[in-house]
Amino acid sequence: MSRKLLVGYLVAAAILAVSPFMMDAYELDVLNSVGLYALLALSLNLILGDAGLFNMGHAAFYAVGAYTAAILNTRFEIPILWALPICGLAAALFAALVARPVIHLRGDYLLIVTIGMGEIVRIALVNDVFGLTGGANGIFGIARPEIFGHRVKTPVDFFVLIWGAVAVTVFLFHRLEQSRFGRALNYLREDPVAAEGSGVNTARYKLVAFALGAGWAGMAGAIYAGKMRTISPESFNFWESVVLFLIVILGGAGSIPGVLLGSFLVVALPEMFRGFATARMLVFGLVMMVMMVVRREGLLPIRTVRFRTKDVKRAEAAPKDVKGAEVAR
Amino acid sequence: MEQFLQQLTNGLAVGGIYALIALGYTMVYGVMKLINFAHGDLFTYGGYLGMTILGSLLLGDRLGAVGGVLVLAFLVMAAVAAMGVALERAAYRPLRDAPRLSAVVSALGASIFLQNALMLVYGARVQVYPESILPDAAIRFGGVYIPLIRIIVVATSVVMMLALYLFVQKTKIGTAIRAAAIDQGAARLMGIDVNRVITIVFVIGPALGGAAGLLVGLNYGQVNFTMGWIYGMKAFTAAILGGIGNIPGAMVGGLLLGVIEALAAAYLSVSWKDAFAFCVLILILIVRPTGLLGERVAEKV
Amino acid sequence: MSTILEVRNATKHFGGLTAVSDVSFDVPEGSIVGLIGPNGAGKTTTFNLITGNYKADLGTIRFQGKELVGMRTHKIVQLGIARTFQNIRLFQQLTAVENVLAGRHCRTKGGLLGAMLRTPGARREEEAAVERAISELAFVNLGDRSLELAKNLATDPKLVILDEPAGGMNEQETDDLVELIWKIQERGVTVLLIEHDMSLVMRVCEQIVVLEYGERIAAGSPSEVQNDPKVIEAYLGTEEV
Repeated sequence: MSRKLLVGYLVAAAILAVSPFMMDAYELDVLNSVGLYALLALSLNLILGDAGLFNMGHAAFYAVGAYTAAILNTRFEIPILWALPICGLAAALFAALVARPVIHLRGDYLLIVTIGMGEIVRIALVNDVFGLTGGANGIFGIARPEIFGHRVKTPVDFFVLIWGAVAVTVFLFHRLEQSRFGRALNYLREDPVAAEGSGVNTARYKLVAFALGAGWAGMAGAIYAGKMRTISPESFNFWESVVLFLIVILGGAGSIPGVLLGSFLVVALPEMFRGFATARMLVFGLVMMVMMVVRREGLLPIRTVRFRTKDVKRAEAAPKDVKGAEVAR
Repeated sequence: MEQFLQQLTNGLAVGGIYALIALGYTMVYGVMKLINFAHGDLFTYGGYLGMTILGSLLLGDRLGAVGGVLVLAFLVMAAVAAMGVALERAAYRPLRDAPRLSAVVSALGASIFLQNALMLVYGARVQVYPESILPDAAIRFGGVYIPLIRIIVVATSVVMMLALYLFVQKTKIGTAIRAAAIDQGAARLMGIDVNRVITIVFVIGPALGGAAGLLVGLNYGQVNFTMGWIYGMKAFTAAILGGIGNIPGAMVGGLLLGVIEALAAAYLSVSWKDAFAFCVLILILIVRPTGLLGERVAEKV
Repeated sequence: MSTILEVRNATKHFGGLTAVSDVSFDVPEGSIVGLIGPNGAGKTTTFNLITGNYKADLGTIRFQGKELVGMRTHKIVQLGIARTFQNIRLFQQLTAVENVLAGRHCRTKGGLLGAMLRTPGARREEEAAVERAISELAFVNLGDRSLELAKNLATDPKLVILDEPAGGMNEQETDDLVELIWKIQERGVTVLLIEHDMSLVMRVCEQIVVLEYGERIAAGSPSEVQNDPKVIEAYLGTEEV
């Protein structure tokens, strides 16, 4: 990780650490919202940003996780945080199943299919599929999460839980970036034909990208269920998927810091202009159009050096006469 | 049997609407290889503008049923067509050479902008059409009940589709559109003004979409600002069903989807009606992505 | 010398067009074989059949005894065949080393868990892979085409398939390419290439196969092929009587 990025993270962490003491309950709740969206956007970033798969139905995976947590908690009294891995697994399996038949589709077709899938999930939830989902009213009475006996219920409690999860996610995902696995996803994004021709099993990695991104979103969904205590299909509609998609694209597809910044801007900024509810959506739409013309690579695009310093030094020491090709940025 | 015929006529009416909207999607995709996400919103504007014009200009009183409707349709279609051209200039033209994803995002942005602009002006609640400009008649045969407006919807859709088909097949501009859809580069080399073709596509498509919106408003007596999303998605499904980029395909796809949906709602389950269209969409994309009438395109490696 | 690649009766249709028709040839292990023919003869299509980018409608393609038809491309790469593309295909947004590392992917196994936990095994594998990538870059050293070739060599191939490697090269660059191809052969790797630059083909290839309109019209040593009337006709049109 580059020095600049590390410093940036430390500064952000410092600011975050003092936030609970500087903000009132409402503002802290907004920050928690930012955190949840950040978790989701990071998970979508794996699929959309790293692997380059157009997914505009991500809310469905979030929903699977949330509903799994809700059902396990209200019917089987399994505590939220214990249910977390199960929720992740459920969402991952769901994604693998659903993506399998459509994974070979070209970009914009895949986009349409994911939109359709998201809608089908939402409609299924509204129609109380399997009699488990409570229909349009959803599920209520979900218990708060508990860590070692301490009930997570105040905004500060959730702040620690959510942003702790974000920190862990950022840490693990940065490691992924600089690994064989992360590179495979990038090869897939840049040129699937060349990737396959280099020996990368593109079909498998597409599925894994979907499953991993979905699994992470599922776990975020469990936290969401424990926070809201009531969930209903409307929280997981197409619009949510669009917001996540936009956070990734506007922040900079494939860029973890970009996605974090995007989450903050997309969630916190509108809250600051609460008075102008519809006008802010108008502005949002305009921003999207303008950004694509003016800065389509996003706010903080991938530019970080992706190798550890000593590898970079060795690469730079290699013969310089490799014409026209940068050895390492 | 009557139930079946009833649903058939319902389905054809809805299908006609889907077809009109689908034509807009398919023409734009054919020429620009772009899914115009904002098209559904233009359709919605057709419905709302129709309502406003109807209410304010008192066309029915001044020109009678037939004249009133024709003038109304003309005004709505012209207005929406103008919006379509503006949309293309603002959201798509600057991104001609950009990667596909940018155009998708811009399209979404345009859609969000349009939808919310509408909401700002008209409010979020359902809006009711003023007293219908058309007589309240209906036909009855067998046990089937067909309101006049539904006949008008089907007839109008069919007439417009035929007109478009003839236009595209027989006129010079129509041929230019088809050429640009096959290969923009080659068309340009042949001396075809591709910019002009694109502008025309963004006149015709939205005009048809606006007409569809007006028809929906007249048919159901009300409009709401989310109708663009639902109708848009289904019309898009219809376009894919017929083969995206294929104009007769959009017509066939629209009518087919309308009928299948009506029958499925009647014989299977009403609450899953919307999901049904999505299932059709996904199935088509898996099993036959080029659609019923579409063409195979091999990718050169 | 054993045969490393055996193509028998390979056929590929695209709708009404037959791009490759009943083509057969052998590639001896350790040799350099050239595939030539006028434009549209089906050369790249034949390569695509070998690498699995297209599936042959008829015929068999055997690599060290294993049947390739129907196998996914990445598996074919794993077996030991690497190919370059006519229009160089690179991973644009990634660094040069990352590009070459793609070749090491099928020879390493670090997965999700190893990546997240950064186990010692994963770390060692990474370092070795980067070393190898850098050394391949130094070995190839050929300008624009370096990256793709270096990546191919990083897969530890037994056969490399080059599609018009000299495309757009000047004389000096072509000489460098010839040297490089010989160096690759010295490493024990078999080379199969498509080329339009006849001087390069004649210099470097031990065997040549000629295609025209999807069919094999001649095969043999460079001098045999050069003097074959069918080949001359294909390139120059009918001989004047």
